[in-house]
Parts: sequence; C-alpha cells; structure tokens
Amino acid sequence: MKELLTGNEAVARGAYEAGVVYASAYPGTPSTEIMETIATYKGDIIAEWAPNEKVALESAIGASIAGARTLASMKHVGLNVAADPLFTFAYTGVNGGMVIISADDPGVHSSQNEQDNRNYAKFAKIPMLEPSDSQEAKDMVRYALEISEKYDTPVLMRMTTRVCHSKSLVELAERNNVPKKPYVKNLQKYDAVPAVAKILREKIEERLKKLEDFSNETELNFIEMNDSKIGVIASGVAYQYAKEVFKDGASYLKIGFSYPLPMKKIKEFASKVETLYVIEELDPFMEEQIKAAGIKCIGKEKIPAMGELNPDIIAKNLLGKENRVIEYDRSIVAKRPPVLCAGCPHRGFFYDLTKRKDIVITSDIGCYGLSSQPPLNAKDTSICMGAGFSMAHGAQKVFNKFNEKMKTVAVLGDSTFFHSGITSLLNAVYNKSNAVFCILDNRITGMTGHQENPGTGFTLQGDPTVITDIEKVVRALGVENVRTVNPLEISEMKDAMDWALSNEELTVIITKWPCVLKKLSQKDKDDFGDYKGLCYVDDNKCIGCKICIKTGCPALKYDKKLNKVSIDKTQCVGCKLCVQVCPKKAISKVGE
Amino acid sequence: MCDVKNILLCGVGGQGTILASKILSTCLVDAGYDVKMSEIHGMAQRGGSVTTQVRYGKKVYSPIIGRGSADILVSFEAMEGLRYLDQLKPEGVVVVNDYKIPSSTILAGLEEYPEDAIEILKAKAKTKVIDAGEIASSLGNPKAMNIVLLGSLVKLMGLESLNWKSAIEKCVKPAFVELNIKALEEGMNAV
Repeated sequence: MKELLTGNEAVARGAYEAGVVYASAYPGTPSTEIMETIATYKGDIIAEWAPNEKVALESAIGASIAGARTLASMKHVGLNVAADPLFTFAYTGVNGGMVIISADDPGVHSSQNEQDNRNYAKFAKIPMLEPSDSQEAKDMVRYALEISEKYDTPVLMRMTTRVCHSKSLVELAERNNVPKKPYVKNLQKYDAVPAVAKILREKIEERLKKLEDFSNETELNFIEMNDSKIGVIASGVAYQYAKEVFKDGASYLKIGFSYPLPMKKIKEFASKVETLYVIEELDPFMEEQIKAAGIKCIGKEKIPAMGELNPDIIAKNLLGKENRVIEYDRSIVAKRPPVLCAGCPHRGFFYDLTKRKDIVITSDIGCYGLSSQPPLNAKDTSICMGAGFSMAHGAQKVFNKFNEKMKTVAVLGDSTFFHSGITSLLNAVYNKSNAVFCILDNRITGMTGHQENPGTGFTLQGDPTVITDIEKVVRALGVENVRTVNPLEISEMKDAMDWALSNEELTVIITKWPCVLKKLSQKDKDDFGDYKGLCYVDDNKCIGCKICIKTGCPALKYDKKLNKVSIDKTQCVGCKLCVQVCPKKAISKVGE
Repeated sequence: MCDVKNILLCGVGGQGTILASKILSTCLVDAGYDVKMSEIHGMAQRGGSVTTQVRYGKKVYSPIIGRGSADILVSFEAMEGLRYLDQLKPEGVVVVNDYKIPSSTILAGLEEYPEDAIEILKAKAKTKVIDAGEIASSLGNPKAMNIVLLGSLVKLMGLESLNWKSAIEKCVKPAFVELNIKALEEGMNAV
C-alpha cells in the first residue's frame, strides 16, 4: 500500500517497520514530527520526550546497550547539545542498532544558524546516510540499523527541512519484530576509560576502512548512465533538484551513503563523464574530499554554499537557463513576520519590559523570541537554549564591575528551563549573580506546536506523570527571591518587575499562564478557570490614542479614517490586556 | 516531461492552506498521479506568511518549484498573492480571495496595506477574484473559505472529475464532510 507521507512521518514508519523498540527526542523544527509520529506506535515502540538532546541520545544509548534497536532524533543545533555522548558512543559502538537523525535547516527557515551536520559524521568518524525523499527516508532507517549492527557503530542520518516537511509517496510494509539482543557486560567495549578508549580508537580506524568498502558496494550509492557529457554527483534532496533540471540529459552518481564516500565508485564515474558536477546543499562536504582524492570536479564555484538549494539555482548556474517571471513592484508588499498570538501570555510580560529603561534582555529560543518584533521590540539577544540565563549572568558581572547601572533580564520558557536553563540558573546562583531571571511558563512547549514536557503532567504517549514544580526547583537550587505571577495582570507583573529590578540579589520571576492555543487539561481548568471570551471597543469612548496597539496584539486594528480601534472577533480570546492599558476605559469584556 | 503541473497555495497561518493542500494531494494520489507536496512555513503557530506547493504528474522529482514556475497561484489573502506573484508562469492563472488580513507591521503603523493588491494582480496576470469569505459564510461557516478556494482551483485545473468526496472524507472530521463538499462545489461554481 502506498501513502503520501512527509519525510518525518516516513522516518517514523521506517523505525516501526525496522523493529525499533525505544526512541527519544527533544522537539525542534524541522524534526519534531518524527517523534510525534513514532509515539503513535504505542505498544510497539517506547517513545519519549527528553528534556534535551543530550539526555535523549544518552537514553537511546542505554537502550541500545541493553540490546534493542533504537532511534534518537533532533534538529541540527540539537546535535551540538548531544555531541558529547555522540563522540564517545562512536568509540564504544552499539548492541542493538542505533540511528541518530539530524534534521538540518538549509535556508534557516526556523533556526538560529545553518550548520551542515554532515561534518559531524566525519568528525565523529561514523557512517552517514542522506535520504532524498520520503520513500528513501523510510528505507534508510532500516539500512541504518542494519549497518549499525553489522559494523558496530551508531549511524547518523541527515535530513533537511525540505525532506522533513515535503510529502511524497511511500510504499508501506509490515513491522519486522527484530529480537532483542542479550545484554552482556563488557567493560572493554562500554567503559570508555582512557585505557579502553585508546584501544577503541584503533577499532574506529579499521571500521572506517571497512565502511568505505561498503560504501563502494552498497546500492545506496548508485550510478545512472545516460548522456556522458555531464556527470552529476549529488546527495539528499539536491539529487531530486538535479534530476528535475537535467532529467535524462546527464548521468548521475546518487550518493545515499555519504560518509565515508565511495571513492572507488566516484573515480569510476568521473572517468566516464566529460564534465563532473558535485551538487550538494550547504558545505562542500563531498566536493572537498573528491578534490582531495585528485578528481577534477565543479562544485561550489557554481553552487552556493549557503541557503537552500532549488532547481532554479542549478538551472541558472549550470545551464544558464532562467524562467521568465512577471515583473512588478515588490516593495509595496508589507512584511508578515510571525507574531505572538492574540491572548499570548508572553505579551503582558514583554509589555511591562517595554516600559523599562537601562535593561538588557537576554532571550532564549522559543515563542518569546518573537518579542523582538515591533511594537514590542523587547529582547536584545538569542543564541541557543539555556544561553539566555547564562549570558545574563556574564553580562551582569561586567556591568557591575564597571559600575554601569544596567540590569540584565533573562528570559526563557518552561521547556527551555528544563532543557538547559536549570544548569544555567544553578551557575548564576553559585556565582552570586544579581541579574533578573524570568521563566515564562505557558504550561506547554509552545513554539514547536505543543509538546508535553516535565512540567505539563503528561508523557509523549499520553500517560499522566509527575508535574515538576518550577518554583520548587528554583528554590531548591538556592534562590530565595522568587515570585510566581499572572503575566496578563499588568499591575501584578509591574510590582514583580519593580521588586526584581530594585533587588540587590538574584531574583526569579515565574510567569504562569497557559499558551492561548493550548488544549487545556482538567488540571489547567482547575488552576486557571475558563477565562476565554471577547473584548470589544466602545466607539464613543475610543479617542484613537493607539496605546492598546502598543501591546502588539494582532486582534487590535486601528482605522486611520475613523481614528478608532476595533477588535477582530475571530482572534480575540478576552485576555483583557488591552482593557487594562486603555486610558479611557473604552475596552471591556463582553458579559462583564 | 512537461506533464508535471505546479500549484502554489499561499495565505496567512491559520487560514487552512495546509488542509486544502492535503485534500488536493490526497485526491491526486488516489487518481494515480505521482505527487509531491511541500509546506513552507515559519516557526510560529499563527500569523506568518504560509505557502504550500503541490506538484503532480507521471513522475515528480523536486518537491519545490522556483520563480516563474507555477501553473496556478491560489492566494487565500490579497496581499499574499502579490508576495508570490513572481512564482507564477507569465501565462499562469491567479485565484485570489477578496479578503485582507493586515500584518503586524501594518497594525503597528510601520507599513501600509497595498489596497490595490487585487487590481495589480489583474493587471499583471490572468486573475480570478473569489469572495470566498462571503461564499463560506452563506454556507454557515466562514472558516470553510479554504475549501471554496480549493474548489475554484479544481475547476481551473480541470480536475472536477476526480473523487473529491473520498479525499475530503479522508482528511476532515466526519462532522465537517458535508460542509466541505458543499464549499468545494460552490468554489467550482464561482469560476
């Protein structure tokens, strides 16, 4: 049976069919749906959200050593977090097969950088697979697990946004219940103390040689001979783009297994074609190795090393062909950046901060990152998860030393706090920081589309679990000045921020209100009540001062001609932030 | 190989472009085509610019198209049509919803909404204007405007004979099947 699946859904299906028993991840675009889909195979696969990628990979390593086939998935920057266990796991190797998915983001659609994680395979000396569509994504999970077990190594599979989020047809198969391997205690393999690691280091080099032989033999790397004038070596979705452009007018060496490269096959292919192009997204990963082997080819001279590739770029840069396009004045099209939703609890928090002077707001990665959009223009920085807290600490130390009256306010969310904010806060406590640390707890992992986390009370597969109390954790780390507030109550928020900014010691503000898009649990309803409704503007009282517009709520619209504000009923949820800021009391909630 | 057709749908997060594309793709697959669909959306849940691309034919390689490649551009919002007009083939067709959603920069007074967006589209390309909001409201649910637009697309691409009922049944909750089928028909009738 054939089904139309995204690459992410196909990876999940591949894990199911290949007999994966344990899978773990931390959500991150474009990888999130892999684990969300694996979770639906409840009963066959244990699927979990880990608080961060390092923990996800380490848990999967445990499952592999215990003898089961396992998978860990993450976005490209997540692999940076998990790099520590990865490099040593590359030494020890596996018991049950292990595939690690890295979902890279060429074009930086939803990330803070554009790194090419194929470099991790070379760096960690482990094999790598690159699917070019959903069918391959599914099939390659099985290949990866077989390679993992045969060569005793974790296998990296590099997806990209376009492969993750595009749908193509996939032939489905039944699950192959691979028997669990017995656990055998083996210190010479799994106990990577220096004496053991030195020996394992040699094993890795031997393994790489064997893997290169495999790379030359495997059907994952195949040649399609057509016209010999142009030869194309391509991997991942770049192969599909190349096929789109050259069709049968070129010969191809499709690279599905891209580390170690099949250098013998590449030489053979190169000798048969007149002009050889290497077409790959982002870094000249294959090209540099091919050139280093003394093979003449054209790559990044013609194909950009940054941004997402597409068929047009290839057609234009390699064939000089360009489509005719409709010419018009694009400058009149207004920007449409993503925004904090109407009723987003973060808005109340940031609205207060926009009133403050002499502060630096170090933010993390999450919805609150959208606070930099006008009219809030709130945050100053974002680097990576957990960094909001750590950076505030460092910056505050410097401001203090030079007697500047700047105060640093750090911002991260509940999921981010659990991810790596806890250790950053611990550092700030230990090193006697006096910055203001804010945890914007919206009771869910918001940005990636509502994944459960240790604070929500449910596991990925829907089982009720312990709710980690953020305030208790903060106090347990040694913080004495803690306040939990409702960020949509402006006076409460203002009091807390006045208190925190005037305090000489480290303070923590926890804002607690559910994400406006969250499907409320019974506990949420008990805690927060049924607060939804609608606000409306009394035209007779509105003087068009636009103070409410400064909250940045997308439900509020100012009409220049009428000099009045109106509220879009389809968006408003009655959070009442605008009600509180209106100086003329022109806004009220229906039924109140 | 020019049997591959390229469709670009664009709109604002929350308008239902992705569901419309899903129904379209499902129906095309059931009809035996090779299909690739690509979603391009930002990181936020709502409010940003969203596009999906659907390509179908005997054999489809790339999941995405480039500038000047779409046979039809379906815009769920007036200004978004203008944003993606350069993706359309010069001889292609635009279906544009007569519906305006100001962006956050417009609401904040930093930019102006291009009020003549639809007029520009008409001047630059073969354009069909659909008041999908009005049509959907007359059916009792303004949210069904995405399916009205899908209906117009189906008609213009000559795909009326495919089994849309089955595709809708596969993609939406049973309670909304009837509404969506009606919305699709009304969309076909509107062009």
